[in-house]
Amino acid sequence: MKSRTGKRRYTVIGLLLTAVMLFPVYWMINVSLTPQQDMRKSPPDLLPLHPTFEGYRAVLDDQMPYLGTSLLIGAGTVVLTLLLAAPAGFALAKLRPPGGGLLGLALLVAQMIPGIVMAMGFYGIFLDLGLLNSWWGLIIADSTIAVPFGVMIFTAFMSGIPGELIAAARIDGAGTFRTFRSVVLPVSRNALVTVSLFSFLWAWSDFVFANTLDGGGDLRPITLGIYHYIGNNNQEWNAIMATAVVASLPAAVLLVLAQRYVAAGVTAGAVKD
Amino acid sequence: MTLARVDRRAPRSPARPRETGTADPADGPALRRHRRRRNRLTALAFLAPLALYLAAFYVYPLYRNLDLSLRDYTVRSFVAGDAPFSGLDNFRTVLDDPTFGPAMRHTMIFTFVSIAFQYGAGLALAVFFNRHFRLAATLRALFLIPWLLPLIVSASTWSWMLNSESGVLNHALRTVGVAPVDWLNSPHWALTSVIIANIWIGIPFNLVILYSGLQNIPGELYEAASLDGASAWQQFRRITFPLLRPVSAITLLLGLVYTLKVFDLIWIMTKGGPSDASSTLATWSYQLGFGSLLPKFGPGAAVGNILILIALVFGLLYIRVQRRQEA
Repeated sequence: MKSRTGKRRYTVIGLLLTAVMLFPVYWMINVSLTPQQDMRKSPPDLLPLHPTFEGYRAVLDDQMPYLGTSLLIGAGTVVLTLLLAAPAGFALAKLRPPGGGLLGLALLVAQMIPGIVMAMGFYGIFLDLGLLNSWWGLIIADSTIAVPFGVMIFTAFMSGIPGELIAAARIDGAGTFRTFRSVVLPVSRNALVTVSLFSFLWAWSDFVFANTLDGGGDLRPITLGIYHYIGNNNQEWNAIMATAVVASLPAAVLLVLAQRYVAAGVTAGAVKD
Repeated sequence: MTLARVDRRAPRSPARPRETGTADPADGPALRRHRRRRNRLTALAFLAPLALYLAAFYVYPLYRNLDLSLRDYTVRSFVAGDAPFSGLDNFRTVLDDPTFGPAMRHTMIFTFVSIAFQYGAGLALAVFFNRHFRLAATLRALFLIPWLLPLIVSASTWSWMLNSESGVLNHALRTVGVAPVDWLNSPHWALTSVIIANIWIGIPFNLVILYSGLQNIPGELYEAASLDGASAWQQFRRITFPLLRPVSAITLLLGLVYTLKVFDLIWIMTKGGPSDASSTLATWSYQLGFGSLLPKFGPGAAVGNILILIALVFGLLYIRVQRRQEA
């Protein structure tokens, strides 16, 4: 009996801690629903008692093209990342390629390079090639955030696929590519989901590459939509926060639908079981 | 050594032979060698796209950045590509710049203070959530939200919360009778402000990794300890903390590497200001290269390369620790 009330106390403390931690998220939603004339009220309304949707109307009016671009860039980054990372992960896990260890090390180091440095290098290259302000140039740049991570996830996951499964496919006459496509990829669903989720989320959230490489393009992502909102009309905070809420939706969906993949992605590479 | 041997052999291989059909248990040694060689080629074929990609989109940008930092670029010569080689002049310029000292100091303060609080809070929360109470799993999942939000979302939300007139934080301070703080616009508080936001963002990462580390500590240890009358604090000091040390090392080093390169958050909240009060190496590098109408690409790239060097020191340390744990 005593232990059960003790446990209940933990739940209460846990709820309080979570409330404190998520207060900024709540505040973002609250401000997004606050009418403009109440924005600088003192003290501010802790609850959206007179909610307005003018902020969200502004999102519909101003931000739809940005959101569309972000979807496009996110999807493109996912495809590019999977195309590069899945075969490489398979090779590193199962085919014992020459130079594999070195490549693994290079991928670890690649993840440590500051984005700002990559952005500066890309800027020079894209300027030469005329790729600045193009959406697919941004896909290439954004994929550099996800590819090393993707290869690591696929390598770790595919190392766990039993050798007999692959040997059986070989005996049935499948070549390496057939084996990869028809046996390895289908059983690697978890890794595919994890890598897709994270590469989408990182491309969706990217600000550094967008701001340096696509600052003046016709198709700009939502992160720049918010950034220009802040710069241009820094009074309409309900519109800014409404855009922020909409830009957070992929993260929320991800957490609801795929929480175990998320936790797996965070710990991958950092901790070995 | 293995790599060298293999690399020598690969180029000598003949053109890829045709598929010979099903495996034959009666393979001769020659055929087996032949097959092994073919397997190597297949492996290389699977890796080739990645290798080309890394060369084109990692090595080449880094080379361009190094090249930028070793030449005397102007906007014109940046476009024309004929800037004269200037050796380490850009690095000298940067090191002599009055911004260098503060930027370096801010980078270190930002990184180490963020890490200390993220790790402390993450560890406390991990131990707390390890109690397996009702809703623990759900609440732990909710804790991930700050880490998953796009940085521009977190940064702009914190900017408004820290707004000096209308921010909710100053209202809270007024309510408890503390004088409001000019968070983002005062040189004394700007760095603290971005550190607060960054700690908030980094707690989930530390929580998740440390929590997964806690799962690997056998529960019998705690049972034995409580039979011996050890208090909760003693159990933490004598069991949890020592056994978590490998995971802690990994968490801290990864955190260091990630925090050193934080740019978005600071840039969106303060642009490194006011008057460089919150500028770090990352924001300063961007400021030099892209922040003004008269970009200084050379010095900007030089700062970026200094940042890479620092990140690599911690990065290699991380790899060493990780390799030793795997062995």
